[in-house]
Amino acid sequence: MMSYLLSLTIWTPIVFGFITLAFNKNDCMARYVALLGSIIALVFSLIVFHTFDPQQTAMQFSENYAWVPSLNINYHLAVDGISMPFVMLNNFITVLVVLAGFKVIKQKVALYNAMFLMMTGFISGSFCALDAVLFYVFFEAMLIPMYLIIGVWGSTNRVYAAIKFFLYTLIGSLLMLVALIYLYNQAKGSFEIFDYYNLPLTMGIQILIFIAFFLSFAVKVPMWPLHTWLPDAHPEAPTGGSMVLAAITLKIGGYGFLRFILPIVPDASRELAGVMVALSLIAIVYIGLVALVQKDMKKLVAYSSISHMGFVTLGCFLFVGANLNTWALEGAITQMISHGFVSAAMFFCIGVMYDRVHSRNIADYGGVVNKMPVFAAFFMLFSMANSGLPGTSGFVGEFMVIMGATQTNFIAAILAGLTLILGAGYTLWMYKRVVFGAVANSHVAEMSDVSKREFLILTLLAIAVLVMGIYPDLFVAKMHASVGHLINQVAQSKI
Amino acid sequence: MTYPNLIPVLPELFMVFMIIVLLLVDAFTSEKQKGANLLLTMITLIGCFVLQKYVDHGVTELTFNNMFILDNLAMGTKMFTYLFSFVAVLYIKRYVSDKKFQSGEFYVIFLFSVLGMMVMISADNMLTLYVGLELFSLALYGLIALYRDNVRATEAAMKYFILGALASGILLYGISFVYGATGGHLQLEDVLRSMLTLGDANAGLMTFGLVFIVAGLVFKLGLVPFHMWVPDVYEGSPLAVATIIGSLTKIAAVVFVIRFLIGGLVLLNPAWSVMLLILACLSLFFGNVIAIAQTNIKRMLGYSTVAHMGFVALGLVTVSVDGVSATIFYVVTYSLTALAGFGILTMLSKGDFECQSLDDLKGLSKTHPVMAALIMLVMFSMAGIPPLVGFYAKFKILAALLAAGYVGVAVFAVIMSLIGAFYYIRVVKVMYFEEPVITLEVADVCIFSRSVLLVNVALLLIIGILPSALMMYCNALVSG
Repeated sequence: MMSYLLSLTIWTPIVFGFITLAFNKNDCMARYVALLGSIIALVFSLIVFHTFDPQQTAMQFSENYAWVPSLNINYHLAVDGISMPFVMLNNFITVLVVLAGFKVIKQKVALYNAMFLMMTGFISGSFCALDAVLFYVFFEAMLIPMYLIIGVWGSTNRVYAAIKFFLYTLIGSLLMLVALIYLYNQAKGSFEIFDYYNLPLTMGIQILIFIAFFLSFAVKVPMWPLHTWLPDAHPEAPTGGSMVLAAITLKIGGYGFLRFILPIVPDASRELAGVMVALSLIAIVYIGLVALVQKDMKKLVAYSSISHMGFVTLGCFLFVGANLNTWALEGAITQMISHGFVSAAMFFCIGVMYDRVHSRNIADYGGVVNKMPVFAAFFMLFSMANSGLPGTSGFVGEFMVIMGATQTNFIAAILAGLTLILGAGYTLWMYKRVVFGAVANSHVAEMSDVSKREFLILTLLAIAVLVMGIYPDLFVAKMHASVGHLINQVAQSKI
Repeated sequence: MTYPNLIPVLPELFMVFMIIVLLLVDAFTSEKQKGANLLLTMITLIGCFVLQKYVDHGVTELTFNNMFILDNLAMGTKMFTYLFSFVAVLYIKRYVSDKKFQSGEFYVIFLFSVLGMMVMISADNMLTLYVGLELFSLALYGLIALYRDNVRATEAAMKYFILGALASGILLYGISFVYGATGGHLQLEDVLRSMLTLGDANAGLMTFGLVFIVAGLVFKLGLVPFHMWVPDVYEGSPLAVATIIGSLTKIAAVVFVIRFLIGGLVLLNPAWSVMLLILACLSLFFGNVIAIAQTNIKRMLGYSTVAHMGFVALGLVTVSVDGVSATIFYVVTYSLTALAGFGILTMLSKGDFECQSLDDLKGLSKTHPVMAALIMLVMFSMAGIPPLVGFYAKFKILAALLAAGYVGVAVFAVIMSLIGAFYYIRVVKVMYFEEPVITLEVADVCIFSRSVLLVNVALLLIIGILPSALMMYCNALVSG
């Protein structure tokens, strides 16, 4: 079946991005055009979500055209149960990001919105691409808008953060490019990702390819010890930039593990699973401890993101013999989506306070609840979700991964379980210091409660967090078949 | 007496004729009528382009006792060179009149250098190659020295001249060994044939000569350690001349190297590909690393050229059809990118001002958002970030390298282009993240030049998204 839905989802925001650029002189129009574009893209992705057939293991909504015939590169798009939820998450967050920047961003409004819209398109593209080069082009192209977003609208140390972000991400992806071209030569001139799944490769080669892919995706996730760009980038990025960065771009790393590393080099993955589990645990526990001592709220949430993404990588590499653990793998995907909502919400909450007080330091706050009761309630919900309270989305993924871990690696399960305490510790402690107590200073005393626009964004995020927490099957049911298929694929040795 | 077949050389003959006309016109017109020079130059380039198309019969033609060849490679690269020369003239014409160059001399010498490139591209004999090279280089020395009131330009011209003459001497010395070792052959096919019959005899002599030839060739490409002239010349030349040297001359230089090494001396292959490989890796390293330290954009682009030529040479190292076609693709797209880059800088130099320091570009996105966006695209293309064309250029070279088994070299090249990305994105940083220091003014360039510039940058994006046509074209140029 030929369909144009995915192309529409990808290209609508990009085209609208260019249209937005045209409203260089008219900030108001630029905002509404951007909002319109992001909503249309969201509608398309919702149609994809709705009409997706969860029983099928095959890729759906496939589009395949020759793109660069001389190198056998195709414009091949399709989604399965693993990538489809991310496309929706991505478009959902972008609508909120555009809304979040409505009153706050005052300089170069058109460029700001255009960059976000284009980035959404590129991100959707990399989730949908089934051609390695197409994936790579989308994957790299999103660096340009993100670089500008951090550099132009960021805070004091933005230039350093932007360049660090750019170079860190570039080094990994360039090595991935070499690996992809190597696979292309091995696969007799095919860039089709699925052709690599059945390609026999010796262990030595598999490990080299694993390393190349790992560097690329582990930087994105980010995994310890390649994470250092994230705590620099987040505090400097504008609120919208942080939301997209945490909610979506990190997920491309996790997605890369599932789409590239596990099925293309399954033997190397099994061989190195121990290392990966160890790195994930370090991220979960050590970074959790680091988060505890942060003074800057955005840095705290950034570290907490790294810790939460540790669950994702942990879930991806829990093997029983040749088989991956289903619980853990589905947990990892659920955790990514949940983290998308929760981290976006956390960064937005911090942004709401930052817009009023212009400080990210926990010490500059205190007693916010007295001035912003409605906001405090929302912030409470998201903080609870961030610490993994049952009933919120944060619980589901972590629980599933820990479930999987108890079946395969009990020590890992205990260590990962410990972080639930740590997570609750750093999040709630921050919440207590910022929100409760007496009004700390005159800046806090001047704070006004959320506006209608902010209320709308917070409500949408709250609904997402609660729905996913109470009825996770809405997402999980869509991925069963695809995850099962992936596990079968990984179980086969390629040597 | 038989006359040589003049059809394949029609465009060159037309150019010579027009140069003479231009000289005469310049001599007999008053100061106010100097616009005629520009007009004639543009007519010449368009005329050559059209004639070149006209003489294309799809078959390889030899003339002047096999000294001159017109094959697919020559056809294609000549068309590109004429086209880019025409675009370059559009970019620099305002600059040339603003800076009060003697436009007659400037354009005449410029046309001579283009003529030199054509001879380099079409030469099928080592002597013709040498003559073409000299014609081309002498014209360039002259172009730089034309800005005689400027100390830096004079210094650059002098440096370029002395080093260039030395390199030509070295090249000629190498050629003399080939002449001796093959028993008096200089025509490329004859050299090849006599090497086949000679076998291993005289191999030492040939290799000895080859070292000198390679040294002379890579001087023209600007590979490390023969790169010293590149940054100095870029920095010292006025922007109009830097536009010419930095972009369109590269095509001819690469074809020149292909003619020598692949056309004539391909049988010495393991010897020269190893030399080229080492020099290319050195260029990638030093070009990229030293460029980081530059604060002058022209100088930075000079070092960046060194690095780019390293990539180009890597394509030749593979000695495969894919590799050479990747090289052509790379050099054509690089010329296009550099042309836009220098073109923008030229347009930003109004009156006596010369836009060359990184500080000049500070906050450009606030004062001239469109110019800033164009420079940004050029920089990202040079850094090889998709969806711009620089990505596919690097991609093709890497693919050729990996297909030939040079995995380590490919990884090295990739890491070096990461280092390169740093100074390219620094330009973007300066334009977008910082506040203006001086108010740059855009020279009042005509609307036609502006739209050509827009098309030029748009092409970087369009070819970057749909590279297929150009890739096929480059393949067709090489496979013949």
